[in-house]
Amino acid sequence: MQRKIFAFLAGGLFGAGLFISGMTDTKKVQGWLDVFGDWDPTLAFVMGGAILPMLIAWRLTQGRKPLVGGTFPERAKAETDSDLVVGSVLFGAGWGLAGLCPGPAIASLSYGGWPHWVFFGAMLLGMALTPALRRAVDGRGSAA
Amino acid sequence: MFDSIPADWIWGLIGGLVIGTGGAVYLLANGRIMGASGILGGLVDGSGRNSAGERLAFLAGVVLLPILLNPIYRPFSTHASENLAVLISAGLLVGIGTRIANGCTSGHGVCGISRFSLRGIVATVFYILAGGLTVLLFRHILGVI
Repeated sequence: MQRKIFAFLAGGLFGAGLFISGMTDTKKVQGWLDVFGDWDPTLAFVMGGAILPMLIAWRLTQGRKPLVGGTFPERAKAETDSDLVVGSVLFGAGWGLAGLCPGPAIASLSYGGWPHWVFFGAMLLGMALTPALRRAVDGRGSAA
Repeated sequence: MFDSIPADWIWGLIGGLVIGTGGAVYLLANGRIMGASGILGGLVDGSGRNSAGERLAFLAGVVLLPILLNPIYRPFSTHASENLAVLISAGLLVGIGTRIANGCTSGHGVCGISRFSLRGIVATVFYILAGGLTVLLFRHILGVI
């Protein structure tokens, strides 16, 4: 139960922050990516603001355990690989096309209107298809 | 002096601090990395079924708080595209890409960079580059978005 309460609190802060920062406005996100147009630096302020508390949080994990028990996530053993790069390029292309990434796509569901639900549905479908897609690619032996 | 700083940047910074505080709560309390694509994707493909309750509670918070804030905050349009081909292909790309890369702007970006994770930094460089090129191509060359 404690886990769920903290998860709800964290999600609430995440959703509120995305709303307050304007990051659910696709124009501001595409404006950040539009270096050759009317460039909008707001996203850099959001990123910077979000990284600050996390810097402190990572420091606080040292020598401690999570409040509800268990252990803190270890550093990923995997080095940077082609999955990381290929996946990030595909993600970035979709992010640029619609101006939405997963967090803001969820946070804007209540007020963004039907286009947000179409995007969200397609994103869920993409997530659901990925394991099969991965098997198909690995089966051909072409994956890294 | 603050008159010269656009309000959007200040709201961005404040909102960013709130986002990072959410990530800090999720990390310090539950010992988990706050990555939107991972939390949602684990529910969609079943890989996170052992922690489904925690994931659903997080997502409920993400959806609910904007509903509570919306009436008291300056209302704004999200300026989303109404082009079905754009919305569907973008959604598929984001869904597949974040699952293959195992993270998105929140997991690789916010949580990864703050940990000086090489994977987080590399992912962020590539999704910003790809996003920038996509906007260049589809806005300035093709004029679709």
